[in-house]
Amino acid sequence: MKKWIDIIAKRIFTVSGFVTSIVIVLIIAFLFAEAVGLFSQPVIEEGYVLALNKKNEVKNLSALEIKNIFDEEIVNWEEVGGGDVPIKVFRLEDLDKIYTEAELGDEYQFAGDKIVEQVSSDAGMVAFVPESLVEGRTELNYINDNTIPVGDVLLGVEWYPTATPSPIFGILPLISGTIWVSFFAILFALPFGLAVSIYLAEVANPRVSKMLKPVIELLNGIPSVVYGFFGLAVIVPLLQRTFNLPVGESGLAGSIVLAIMALPTIITVAEDAMRNCPRSMREASLALGATQWQTIYKVVVPYSISGITSGVVLGIGRAIGETMAVLMVTGNAAVIPTSILEPLRTIPATIAAELGEAPAGGAHYQSLFLLGVILFFITLIINSCVEVVSARNRLKR
Amino acid sequence: MKPQLTLREMNKIVILSVALLCGLHTLQAQRIKGSDTVLPLTQTLSEIYMNNHPEATITVTGGGSGVGISALLDGTTDIAMASRRIKFSEKMKLKQSNHEPCEVVVAYDALAVIVNPDNPVKQLTREQLEAIFRGKITNWKEVGGEDAKIIVYSRETSSGTYEFFKESVLHNKNYMSGVLSMPATGAIIQSVSQTRGAIGYVGLAYLNPMIKALAVSYDGGKNYVYPSVKSAVSKEYPVVRPLYYYYDKANEATVAPFIEYIESPEGQAETLKIGFIPK
Repeated sequence: MKKWIDIIAKRIFTVSGFVTSIVIVLIIAFLFAEAVGLFSQPVIEEGYVLALNKKNEVKNLSALEIKNIFDEEIVNWEEVGGGDVPIKVFRLEDLDKIYTEAELGDEYQFAGDKIVEQVSSDAGMVAFVPESLVEGRTELNYINDNTIPVGDVLLGVEWYPTATPSPIFGILPLISGTIWVSFFAILFALPFGLAVSIYLAEVANPRVSKMLKPVIELLNGIPSVVYGFFGLAVIVPLLQRTFNLPVGESGLAGSIVLAIMALPTIITVAEDAMRNCPRSMREASLALGATQWQTIYKVVVPYSISGITSGVVLGIGRAIGETMAVLMVTGNAAVIPTSILEPLRTIPATIAAELGEAPAGGAHYQSLFLLGVILFFITLIINSCVEVVSARNRLKR
Repeated sequence: MKPQLTLREMNKIVILSVALLCGLHTLQAQRIKGSDTVLPLTQTLSEIYMNNHPEATITVTGGGSGVGISALLDGTTDIAMASRRIKFSEKMKLKQSNHEPCEVVVAYDALAVIVNPDNPVKQLTREQLEAIFRGKITNWKEVGGEDAKIIVYSRETSSGTYEFFKESVLHNKNYMSGVLSMPATGAIIQSVSQTRGAIGYVGLAYLNPMIKALAVSYDGGKNYVYPSVKSAVSKEYPVVRPLYYYYDKANEATVAPFIEYIESPEGQAETLKIGFIPK
């Protein structure tokens, strides 16, 4: 009978292990499949074309050039490789202003003719119109609809996911924002976290540490949106006054909030690791005449270094993946940060703020999945780095 | 002897009454879905309507303008609420699947441009606002204020308010990339109230003493109009957007009574009470 239970238990553990691994692999595969789809999306919004006058020779435009043309930053075709003709922008809504509804037909059946009429009348005109209206019309030239280039996304410095006619998905500002804010969060959290965990494990008398520990663990239970609100109402105005900043929502506010949030994880895990240091080692050190401080940094900390690093990894993980608190205090400006006192935008905040309204399957939706993949890689790299470091430490000993 | 109903007759009655009930149900039950901006208006008005017409049931859900219109396409809603006009592509899709979209403007919503109460600037033209939100003007002294950096707050890109402000004030051009985007109107008010150089935009109903609204001119500085319910109702205030209901023409008989109620003087008075601008 006992043998059977043994076998069944073994099977259950094997199956559950396999199922979990397969599910995780499937989730990652899904993430990648959605993300890679972005690069087969057209540069110009799906279902639309950019129509040009027949005399216009321009064939290719990058997403950034299209945006600047429609923002009236580029005003002459010469700047994008055409003839010396001023650019005139035409949108579908302009059609309603020029023609009456009767002229366009109640099903827009005459709209195609009117668009051709307008675009043909001006050599510098570029019209952003639905493909269905001008299908098969050879009186106009069209901009080639390329797919979104990988370089424009990975090295792009502008994030305009909802811009028309062509959205821009430069993710560099978001990646740098995430790394920047997490780096500073760990910079703040690490010394404090270590100091508190050493104090709790080694210095404080048992009664004090028994009282303090639940309080610190309580910090872990506070919902992140509460931290966010605290940051927005307290830390942001405080920073603004102290540093005399024009704006308080900044990377610094974000990293302080994140540091506070990462502290309990670092403290609890590191403290547990230090408590696991065998009494014999500690006593041997003291017996050799080392002071308490020397014992801590020569014996206890080196012994528990792998536990401390795993606490730090968990803390970093929380900082990088944290969404709500960061969304509320960093200002979410998609620019590459040059100092920690400037607003910035992180990857998780972007996904949280935009996924709700991004139409499923569209370029915007897929670009958010791509951000997810990149976040996944950032965490993966950090985790492996720490693994390597702690493995090396173990070898040394 | 009492007249006995045969089994057949009984069946007939049951079927008839079930059919009648179903008919009543489709006649009176309505589903409304869409923009979160229009949601509070529809919710309040539908509650009043249901109190007056106990036989009617109206279910109201939010989700965003785009969500409402795609629900209309799937036939999972009777009315789609939208804080923007139906897009051309959406209209074409509806027509292709044999729906005839009908449009009703139920109310208007005004957007106010807000600054910190300590900011001496009182009024701006549309051109100045465009330059500020596009990052061409970066210091308050360029528009008659003190020598301080302008901090521009905006809503997230998913918001209908973001799109409307872009269309009306920026004339469809893009915001500058350094604009601070906030997840909610409440966050914009909080930030503007504690940042001296801030500028942002919120719905008229959200104005409060923590922030200061600016008078806006759309005619190059000849007439500045301060945002208020009065100036929005009289159409003097320019940054006003219509809020729409869309329904399928085939469905008109079902939705007409509720829409008529909204358009009635009583419905319009309630609209004003909730903080929207009646037609």
